Amino acid sequence: MTEPIIYELSAPGRRAVSLPVLDVAPSDLPPTMLLRDGLDLPEVSELDLVRHYVHLSQLNHGVDVGFYPLGSCTMKYSPKVNEDASRLSGFAATHPYQPEESVQGNLRLMYELQEFLKSLSGFDGVSLQPAAGAQGELTGVLMMRAYHQSRGDARRNVLLIPDSAHGTNPASTTMAGFEMVELKSDARGNVALDDLAAHLSDRIAGMMLTNPNTLGLFDQNLPQVTRLVHEAGGLMYGDGANFNALMGVVKPAELGFDLMHFNLHKTFSTPHGGGGPGSGPVGATVALAEFLPGPIVVSETTLLDAVTGERLPEDVVDGEQDMGVEGLWYRLWMPRRSIGRVKSFYGHFGVCVKAYTYIRMLGAAGLTDVSRMAVLNANYLQAILKEAYPLPYDRVCMHEFVLEGRVEGAPDVRALDISKRLIDFGIHPPTNYFPLIVPEALMIEPTETESKQTLDHFAETMIRIAQEARENPQLLHDAPVNAPVRRLDEVRAARRLVLRWEG
Amino acid sequence: MGVQVDPECLYTETHEWIRVEGDYGYVGITDYAQEQLSDIVYVEVPEGGDAFAKGEVFCVVESVKAASDCYLPVGGEILEVNGQLEDSPDLVNTDPYGEGWFVKIAIDDTDELDDLMDAEAYAEFAEQAEEEGGP
Amino acid sequence: MGYLPHTEDELRAMLRRIGVEHADDLLLASVPRAYAFPEIDLPEPVSEMEIMTELREMSEANTDLQRVPCFLGAGAYHHFVPSVVDHVLGRSEFYTAYTPYQPEMSQGTLQAIFEYQSMICALTGMEVSNASHYDGATAMAEAVIMAISVWRGRRRKVVMSPTIHPEYRETVRTYTQGMDIAIIGDYSLGNDIPALVDMVDGDTACLIVQNPDFLGRILDLSGLAERVHAHKALLVVACDPISLGMLKPPGDYDADIALGEGQPLGNAISYGGPYIGFFTCKKRYVRRMAGRLVGQTVDAEGKRGFVLTLATREQHIRRERATSNICTNQALNALAAAVYLAAMGKSGLAQVARLCYHKAHYAANAIALLDGYDVDLAVPFFREFVVRCPIPVADLNQDLYESYGILGGYDLGQVYPELEDHMLISVTEMNTRQEIDELVEALEGIVR
Repeated sequence: MTEPIIYELSAPGRRAVSLPVLDVAPSDLPPTMLLRDGLDLPEVSELDLVRHYVHLSQLNHGVDVGFYPLGSCTMKYSPKVNEDASRLSGFAATHPYQPEESVQGNLRLMYELQEFLKSLSGFDGVSLQPAAGAQGELTGVLMMRAYHQSRGDARRNVLLIPDSAHGTNPASTTMAGFEMVELKSDARGNVALDDLAAHLSDRIAGMMLTNPNTLGLFDQNLPQVTRLVHEAGGLMYGDGANFNALMGVVKPAELGFDLMHFNLHKTFSTPHGGGGPGSGPVGATVALAEFLPGPIVVSETTLLDAVTGERLPEDVVDGEQDMGVEGLWYRLWMPRRSIGRVKSFYGHFGVCVKAYTYIRMLGAAGLTDVSRMAVLNANYLQAILKEAYPLPYDRVCMHEFVLEGRVEGAPDVRALDISKRLIDFGIHPPTNYFPLIVPEALMIEPTETESKQTLDHFAETMIRIAQEARENPQLLHDAPVNAPVRRLDEVRAARRLVLRWEG
Repeated sequence: MGVQVDPECLYTETHEWIRVEGDYGYVGITDYAQEQLSDIVYVEVPEGGDAFAKGEVFCVVESVKAASDCYLPVGGEILEVNGQLEDSPDLVNTDPYGEGWFVKIAIDDTDELDDLMDAEAYAEFAEQAEEEGGP
Repeated sequence: MGYLPHTEDELRAMLRRIGVEHADDLLLASVPRAYAFPEIDLPEPVSEMEIMTELREMSEANTDLQRVPCFLGAGAYHHFVPSVVDHVLGRSEFYTAYTPYQPEMSQGTLQAIFEYQSMICALTGMEVSNASHYDGATAMAEAVIMAISVWRGRRRKVVMSPTIHPEYRETVRTYTQGMDIAIIGDYSLGNDIPALVDMVDGDTACLIVQNPDFLGRILDLSGLAERVHAHKALLVVACDPISLGMLKPPGDYDADIALGEGQPLGNAISYGGPYIGFFTCKKRYVRRMAGRLVGQTVDAEGKRGFVLTLATREQHIRRERATSNICTNQALNALAAAVYLAAMGKSGLAQVARLCYHKAHYAANAIALLDGYDVDLAVPFFREFVVRCPIPVADLNQDLYESYGILGGYDLGQVYPELEDHMLISVTEMNTRQEIDELVEALEGIVR
């Protein structure tokens, strides 16, 4: 099953869209040397176009198609109402430079979302601007840098990062001009306290910690870790990728984190979009909030016109107070010592609308249930699957867990083979080969929205694959056979780069 | 599976080799290194005229799974790079000590060669690394 | 409630299988008891019906562009989006997937991105396109980092034109604040292209310009690359994708990196995001380029297929030595851009560009005739132009909005002290002749 490239459907002179005729007198075009010669875009009808993309969509697996236990990505079901909400024309058709009086609805939504995230995390300030988790991280590291510099402590340029961390953490560190030191994990999957203590010094800017970590484990040494880092003058950055396990369960700020990013696309069901757009707001304690990127939204109590809800001009407020009613007015504001903006405008507003919708529909108790059930589902699968696959860290997990993709009696079968075989059963494989500290890692995150039936079916399939591995390993090496394509030649792709249609 | 070595070369602990010809030397990565990296898809080579100290990163070698830095066995100036690698990076896999060489250098200080392993010592070193499960 | 499917019976069975009595036992096994289950201050939850009512009310507190004529541009543009775009985006096989780590299950996303890369290359005249960045501003920041990296950190100077979008310039500074590089050139509008080229020297990693620039002007950049390359620096060009429906693309004047804001290609204006930064370069620099990249290959049976390639540049493999920390692209926004480009096709995009061009000139010509207003009609411009106004732009805009129901242009005095009382007006195919005439009348009426 393959679909032609859109260019292969093209026929000269065909077109999908009609446009209005020019209703003004044409002007002279600029000099020819400024104009282009040809433009090689495809020429297709609207029907060709629709069929092409419908066919392509059918070659894809999404949460709406089937189970997607991709660890650390929180592939939960995203309510359809989110999609409708962000498409309301009052939101979708507003320009970022409109005057604030014409976008009070947008500003209020952003303000409320900032407040919601503060409530859930315990932080004192939130900026919605970062575009994704990775950008949230860069933001956090730059804020740590700005904080230390503001205190005349510019020597602090080393970040501590556990060996279980996402690759993004070290990459963000380098981008901010910092150095990293990797910390070891102990036998139970926590940060090794002796290794931490050995690396603390007056050059430490702070530590980046994912909690629960990428093994799906809540760091049991966390209170000691934050205390040690703070005593050394460092800051604690929380990677909020795994916040789906913590809503209503703990507030990161109370645990000693100074700042953290959220992943709205993971935790707050915005959804993932095939790899973006995400959204990575950053929360910070009072000591760091003034360094947040901006603008952020602030509110003030003021007098509003009783009929229109517009803010009354100062002179009216002074003279005829009885015309107005007291109300909230929202405006954009740059934090006092901001690191600056990390992108244009105010963040992924359309994504924020979806997260707002989700939080409003669930409330505090509902979100706590989300985390409770995410943890329950993971532990249920872990309890069943540890009988079929090695579980390197055997303890109660949070929202995900990591197995070794190895089967006793099938020495040639690797995590990759197990994953590819899952595809034949219509299940998206877990995250492979991460975290690096577990050989042949299979990182499984079921999420809270999956039913017991789905989990049971997945567990049965995994057990069946373990059996196949022993009895007929070739089945696994050849897999997938039921997917649109067989295994793809990645070496060829990298050696003979074809990065665009070449006709 | 034994580790292939070339008796003519000297070796580093980071799995580079150098074949000395007077004041010059050809440098590449060892059979053991290419085996660990699996199918090599690209070698990023320096420009002629670039100079590096002993132990400095002078090349990056990529497979589809990893990108590894290569460290110059001794300090020197790049005289020539292996242009064939641009189109045929697989030469590093098929002939690591021959056609798969990376660069030719002018050696700054031949005394630095004394720190390197000979083929026999390296073979033992690499076999031990293999037993321990790779670098 | 909460999209949680378990029945009481199932819950009991699952807890039994795990071997605990209550789900909270699992949480309390890990979380320090003293901090567990804090008070969370959130409004009471509402049903789907109620949330849509609440959101409709909030959205209607805004003045949206369906209701009023809009002459605001300045980096976010109100263009026509054909229905087919949103219908394709609504296929949940696309929007409920994630990064295509398992290519056998993600050929739809991968091929769509490959086609996006192909069309962006065609549009810009460049050799290689990545799968996209967050927006135009961050694409520019990544271009600066890439230029520094091409020189392996040995060149520490970046020359930047003052007529690049001010928020892009700010973003570049935010990204590079820890990198110890010097960014020069953009402090004065007096620094035109010849002045900027004079600043390029042997320590310069790149020169960055925007075309059409932030003031809407079409720049003649022929010969520029030669002068920049004489110092072995890179030429980086930020360009507008709709303008490329008629204007010479950066590949034709030998740019090394071309990037821009892809929002005008089928993406909702959505109060500033999510948008999409397109990013292209010469093939020789592909390994220094950040971001996801899709390549064509074959499967085990020799059939054409697509994979993420050159992943070794990326953070999950190279960690602290990666080209960037970026993990995702803006896949769904890239899909919108691809569907838009395919729907418009070669004649459609050219037509959109010409509609913008002629309508903008119609508006500029009319405003130039008004007493008190001044427009420089001698410089070539695309869909935006600068108007010197007889009164402060903020006052003018307030009057336009309150008395005439028109969203006026961008106040340039906010970012360029030299351009106090200057307004940047944007005209697209969405502005009818009647709207333009109303704007002209209103501008006249306000100062009369």
